[in-house]
Amino acid sequence: MTGEAAVTTREVEARFWQRLHEWIVTVDHKRLGVMYVLYALLFLLIGGSEALLIRLQLVAPHNTLLAPQTFNRLFTLHGTTMVFFVGMPLIFGFANYLVPLMIGARDMAFPRLNAFSFWMSAFAGLLLYFSFLGAEGLYGAGSAPDVGWFAYAPLTSRAFSRGHSTDYWILSIFLSGVGSIGTAVNIITTVLSRRCPGMTLGKLPLLCWFYVVDSVLVLVGVPPLAAAQLMLLADRFLGAHFFDTQAGGSAVLWQHFFWIFGHPEVYILMIPGWAFASEIIPVFSRKAIFGYPVLVGAVIAIGFVSLSVWAHHMFAVGMSMTANTFFMVATLLVGIPTGIKIFNWIGTMWGGKIRLATPMLFCIAFIGQFLIAGLTGIMLAAVPFNWQLTDSTFVVAHFHFMLVGSLLFTVFAAFYYWFPKVTGRMLDEKLGKLHFWLFLVGFHLTFTVMHIPGLLGMPRRIYTYEPGRGWETLNLVITIGAFFQAAGVACFLVNLVRSLHKGKLAGPDPWDAWTLEWSTSSPPPEYNFAVVPTVRSRRPLWDLKHPEDPDWVYE
Amino acid sequence: MNQAAVVAGEAGWELPSRNRVGMVCFIVAESAMFVIFVVAYLFYLGKSPYGPTPEQALSLPVANTICLLSSSGTIAWAVRALRRGRLATFAVAWGATAALGALFLAGTGREWARLVHHERLTPATNLFGTTYYSLVGLHAFHVTVGLVLLTTVLMLTLFGKLHRRYTEHVEVLALYWHFVDCVWIVVFSVVYVIGR
Repeated sequence: MTGEAAVTTREVEARFWQRLHEWIVTVDHKRLGVMYVLYALLFLLIGGSEALLIRLQLVAPHNTLLAPQTFNRLFTLHGTTMVFFVGMPLIFGFANYLVPLMIGARDMAFPRLNAFSFWMSAFAGLLLYFSFLGAEGLYGAGSAPDVGWFAYAPLTSRAFSRGHSTDYWILSIFLSGVGSIGTAVNIITTVLSRRCPGMTLGKLPLLCWFYVVDSVLVLVGVPPLAAAQLMLLADRFLGAHFFDTQAGGSAVLWQHFFWIFGHPEVYILMIPGWAFASEIIPVFSRKAIFGYPVLVGAVIAIGFVSLSVWAHHMFAVGMSMTANTFFMVATLLVGIPTGIKIFNWIGTMWGGKIRLATPMLFCIAFIGQFLIAGLTGIMLAAVPFNWQLTDSTFVVAHFHFMLVGSLLFTVFAAFYYWFPKVTGRMLDEKLGKLHFWLFLVGFHLTFTVMHIPGLLGMPRRIYTYEPGRGWETLNLVITIGAFFQAAGVACFLVNLVRSLHKGKLAGPDPWDAWTLEWSTSSPPPEYNFAVVPTVRSRRPLWDLKHPEDPDWVYE
Repeated sequence: MNQAAVVAGEAGWELPSRNRVGMVCFIVAESAMFVIFVVAYLFYLGKSPYGPTPEQALSLPVANTICLLSSSGTIAWAVRALRRGRLATFAVAWGATAALGALFLAGTGREWARLVHHERLTPATNLFGTTYYSLVGLHAFHVTVGLVLLTTVLMLTLFGKLHRRYTEHVEVLALYWHFVDCVWIVVFSVVYVIGR
């Protein structure tokens, strides 16, 4: 009896190691996609906890929960983590999983490059947090980077950033950039050279179009950051003078280089959010997307314009009036294609049979919040207004409306929409709606309210403040909102884990959708499609389900 | 919409080669990186508070430039030979490319040795040293990577492992080499012509 039990334990153990091995050496786009997303969720928890600590410190004036140095480290890590180790892996995870399935391909164009990119990004994330252990170095100074996520010179020079925490930050961002570039090359190549027969560029699912534009932005936006990090490394280790003001170097040049990356990066993160919305809204409105070519054109236009707006992050630095005017006008231009997209989504919903399932709820909230984020963006693009509010919590509220209110909401929508495809089981609708409402209320308590202390003059990145400026109640509300959001995310995680085993079986096409990923089983077999599909319209599954009234007659 | 048109479309379903698209994407990313280093070089031109200056330290690397630019010709010759299945010609032209690349690197090495020992110029000396070594060094690094790849293919050829069906891979590698050459034209113009 005991002998038998021992054998089974050993078998179980062996099976565990074998499965672990399979996942680690995998080059399958679906497994890598899942790994990207899980890895991003892990960092979402870490970065989210950092945000909660920041909010707890700011809950009341003269609070002493955190030391000022710790506060600096927390907002640096929060920003870096959320952009590079939550946002990027999330969007690449979804791209990995969905793009090949949507274009009827067996895998990404370069599966091994794909695995390489993932492991580079994963290693980069570990490196950032390893600075807690390794950064003490010989100086005994600094246990995590504390230079802010945009790490302005000359704060990052040897003299002001002792120890190695800044070096870990540099290396980790450089490596994550290498991974991102690899994935971008892979996505473009996959879409261009792995489409199934009949899928011309005009019939490409919108998500794939958006990801191509996104990847082009990665190709031209991320290398400048890698270059700037190399320069910073040279400054710190070879005694070079790129950003060394004492030897004639320029601190402003770093700002330019950083934002030449930093502004496209905002769009790199946001475009996939639009992609999810553009796939989900039509399915839950029971209508084809309104104005497909215009939508594609709008995203391409935004891609172009986004390359010439970076210095609107630097209005307060004292550029020439010509430069200020140019970057203001360029930034205002973004409003046009952005407005077009909002009309596309509303036009899709207009007159449709709207189903208010959880993915759609998140998308509807997204449209409104994205609009507000865009409007405060236009306000901040106006130079005089920007001078007044630069580095205030108004700015923080603005970009969190973009990254949380727009990106994270669409990412949640994408989770509820594609989870059945990935696991074969539905996420629970009741928990999903609880998640939605908790998160929505929390989000507005935090970030809508956060505009006001900004207008009242509260700067960002301060570890505490004086009482009697009218900021106390507002900050209390903001912190309460943060915990509502945390509760929402907790519902979401419980839902993920529970539905994985107990969720309703989904079948291949639970939403009655139209793109190719729903034509294969859930979860898809390793080879994706038993027969290479052939498509004749933008909604191949509609054609299949309605042979009497196919789309290709009209397109 | 008629049936025949669709079927004909399917039969002629051709997509761009993944290797070529991948390399073009990679080159776009690399160009973006070089642009930043070039901008840094131009931005800091003449801003060093103390010498040596480019006028004092640099001379035109004519031989080097001839080596690298002509290697673009030899690699194109090699690729054409491979397409026609002439492996011996390919080996000669490919070997010549690698040799020219190696000569270029040796020339850069000599230039750097002179700068360090005679002009006392290092990356830490002044802004000119910082930007010069980083831009020229980044390019030299790309030549080195290319040279390693060229040598690998040369070895495979000499051991008889190279087959005509690898033509596309070789072509893509040649694309990279042409890119490295183009970058040199930019670096040459910026560092040795405009900046001197």
